[in-house]
Amino acid sequence: MDNHSHNDHSAFKINTLVWGSLYALTIISVWVTHFDLTTFAVAVALGVASVKAVLVAAYFMHLKFESKILSIMVIVTLLVFTTFIILTLIDYSNR
Amino acid sequence: MDNSINIAAEEKNQPLQHDEHRDDEASKMGMWLFLFTELLLFGGLFLVYTIYRFMNAEAFEHAGMELNTNLGTVNTIVLITSSYTAALSIVAVRHKQYIKAKYLLWVTIFFAMFFMVVKYFEWSAKISHGLFPGMEEFLNLPPGEGLFFFLYFFMTGLHALHIIIGSVFIGFVIYYIDKGTIKHDDYVVLENAGLYWHIVDVIWIFLFPLFYLIA
Amino acid sequence: MTSSTIDLNDRGYLSSEKKSGIGAWIFSTDHKRIGLLYLYSIAIFFSVAVFLGFLMKLELIAPGETIMKAETYNRTFTMHGVLMIFLFIIPGIPAVFGNIMLPLMIGAKDVAFPRLNLLSWYFYIGGAIIAISALFFGEGLADTGWTFYAPYSVKTGTNVSTAVFAAFILGFSSILTGLNFLTTIHRMRAPGMDWFKMPLFVWSLYATSWIQILATPIVGITLLMIIAERVLGIGLFDPALGGDPILYQHLFWIYSHPAVYIMILPAMGVISETIPVFSRRKIFGYKAVVYSSLAIAFVGYLVWGHHMFTTGMSGPALIVFSILTFLVAIPSAVKVFNWIATMYKGSIDMQAPMLFSLGFIFLFMIGGFTGLVAGALASNVHIHDTSFVVGHFHYVMFGGTGFGFFAAMHYWLPKVYGRMYNTKRAKTSFWIIIIGFNMLYFSMLILGIMGMPRRYYDYLPEFHNLNIVSTVGSWIMITGLILMIYNLVVGANSGAKAGKNPWKALTLEWTTQSPPIEENFDEIPRVEHGPYDFHLINQENDG
Repeated sequence: MDNHSHNDHSAFKINTLVWGSLYALTIISVWVTHFDLTTFAVAVALGVASVKAVLVAAYFMHLKFESKILSIMVIVTLLVFTTFIILTLIDYSNR
Repeated sequence: MDNSINIAAEEKNQPLQHDEHRDDEASKMGMWLFLFTELLLFGGLFLVYTIYRFMNAEAFEHAGMELNTNLGTVNTIVLITSSYTAALSIVAVRHKQYIKAKYLLWVTIFFAMFFMVVKYFEWSAKISHGLFPGMEEFLNLPPGEGLFFFLYFFMTGLHALHIIIGSVFIGFVIYYIDKGTIKHDDYVVLENAGLYWHIVDVIWIFLFPLFYLIA
Repeated sequence: MTSSTIDLNDRGYLSSEKKSGIGAWIFSTDHKRIGLLYLYSIAIFFSVAVFLGFLMKLELIAPGETIMKAETYNRTFTMHGVLMIFLFIIPGIPAVFGNIMLPLMIGAKDVAFPRLNLLSWYFYIGGAIIAISALFFGEGLADTGWTFYAPYSVKTGTNVSTAVFAAFILGFSSILTGLNFLTTIHRMRAPGMDWFKMPLFVWSLYATSWIQILATPIVGITLLMIIAERVLGIGLFDPALGGDPILYQHLFWIYSHPAVYIMILPAMGVISETIPVFSRRKIFGYKAVVYSSLAIAFVGYLVWGHHMFTTGMSGPALIVFSILTFLVAIPSAVKVFNWIATMYKGSIDMQAPMLFSLGFIFLFMIGGFTGLVAGALASNVHIHDTSFVVGHFHYVMFGGTGFGFFAAMHYWLPKVYGRMYNTKRAKTSFWIIIIGFNMLYFSMLILGIMGMPRRYYDYLPEFHNLNIVSTVGSWIMITGLILMIYNLVVGANSGAKAGKNPWKALTLEWTTQSPPIEENFDEIPRVEHGPYDFHLINQENDG
């Protein structure tokens, strides 16, 4: 159930804007690999990917306009997954 | 907990005895919960990737050079665009533009197939070099590189399986629009198919840099 | 409010004019029938697993080979673990009592996705068949232990791929149940039932369902990797090829530790139902019980490394995981305090469900304390992979979840079947079980500290006497189990009519007839009071 009513035009605009941003971000993430960013390379790549994912989730998947409980669930899920990575890395980074 | 939950429950109090047992919110929530399991499924593989890249950084970088960044980029654009057309199809259905909606969904499936074709070429190139797990060249790889290729094939393969499932799901949705089961005021099945499709896109959004932008 | 509609069929959902025969059950989407399908299938696999345990204890009654060779012993304990964990304890309370009671307790007609519910039972049966099929071909049952550790699980010729594939399928069953319950709880509560008016059993199912959703997929993918490794020989867990066997353990326990909270949270939820009813008192600290359930679920994701203290993790990881392990004990202790405080100055009614609930508290506490011994780094080194660990987890899994399951059966079966079992026999069975239980498992705690390893079919002579005590304890316990099950079956079939509310409880499932009609309620109830407001309600006599 949507909390917003949008006419044909504005929905098309928003979706197109998001698509354009995703396209641009993809190109940027490829372009950036031509520079030697050493340790930041991974962070930048993942950072760009995260921004893209948030755009897809918020607009294409409509999270921004859905009931707040869904967003909370998404955040909880990501939090749990992140702790898996962090705790496992604590083991490996100290070996 | 915030009040919107109670409001939802109150609204749910509506016609429980009637034949309209419809609850779109529940349907959507169910799909989101299923998507969480998909995220965690791939998440386990991302965890393995993280640890093994940490342990075998050079091997991964070296192996990564074998992958064709251009093809990966093309596929990323293709998938992003397919998400775009899927999202637009929902707008179309909301405005009763059923023919436009079906057209957009067919385009989505077309992009999915395009993605699969590119992937086919990528995989055959690797396999013809003997780099598939179990093949000769693969077994001769330096330590760590084999892990990279295993993860490459396993993760993109699992992802490709989800592309197929998602395409079939979208195919069904096209059929339902045709039949009239999906209408401008009853389209949660389309939304759910869209959600599934977008997750497939999101997973690729993370696969792409980890495999193709590594070198 | 009591409904005065007379249901023509006082067998409710158990029989139906519309359809009959086995098809009416195995194709039914009625949550109550699905719950019973789970109950009957679980009972079968539980019995097989108990029998395997019986054989294991028989082997251990004397050092050396007693009734089976080492290889057979390895397969027996593997199958015992796989059956008990994946086919009994993890599904157990949610699949049986969650399915039957959740909609009733929140005043709903069914769960959110009844067909998915049936599908989850099909996955359960499918997984079970696959697991058992491993017995009948190739080199037979897996001999790796239910933990399938690499590298042995990758190298052994026994049917590991079959066993892990079965576990993979069973994972879907668990996930679908969790998905269904979460949506049901969010969307289908009766008018007036706010989140903080929900019964605590419902809260426990909520917390459990989150774990099922988020943790299960990790083991799913891990098991697929074991199969891939067996088939393709990639070196995923082989150091020579850049891999790490410890990573397998990380992945395995990232699920399997939260899994134990899938096991225990619903059992704690049952106890939170029975203690107030049989103390005739409101639960002490309702919100604390709620928050502690959620805290256990969340912190439970963070402690898995305590299964791996001696296998090769780095120092900082050891310390972090040990601290987090101690942290997760706190919300569990909160619950125990709340239950005891509920009983204080209550009017205790020592019915069978109460006995099993008190048994739960006692046994779970021993399990919890021994868990702390295991969770402390220094003592862990001494008891890891000894029979102490086996004692510990049987206290929490069997003394905890098992007794919670038994308490749930004695509490809710009168509602499920509309008939009351013989109380005296129920109580007798309880005492026989708990005496046998402690003989069986307390001995293991001592043996472990003395140094007896686990998963060995042989042991040094100094361990002999306590092993005899333990094995005899198993015979006593099994006798009690048989008596308990016999009593419940006879009661369900031909016991006295139980009436709507034999325990005079205040939660919604007791407002409808026993057994309930197919739609559960004549009218969806409106909730006016809390689930344990004994001080507010004067109960009418029902019966």
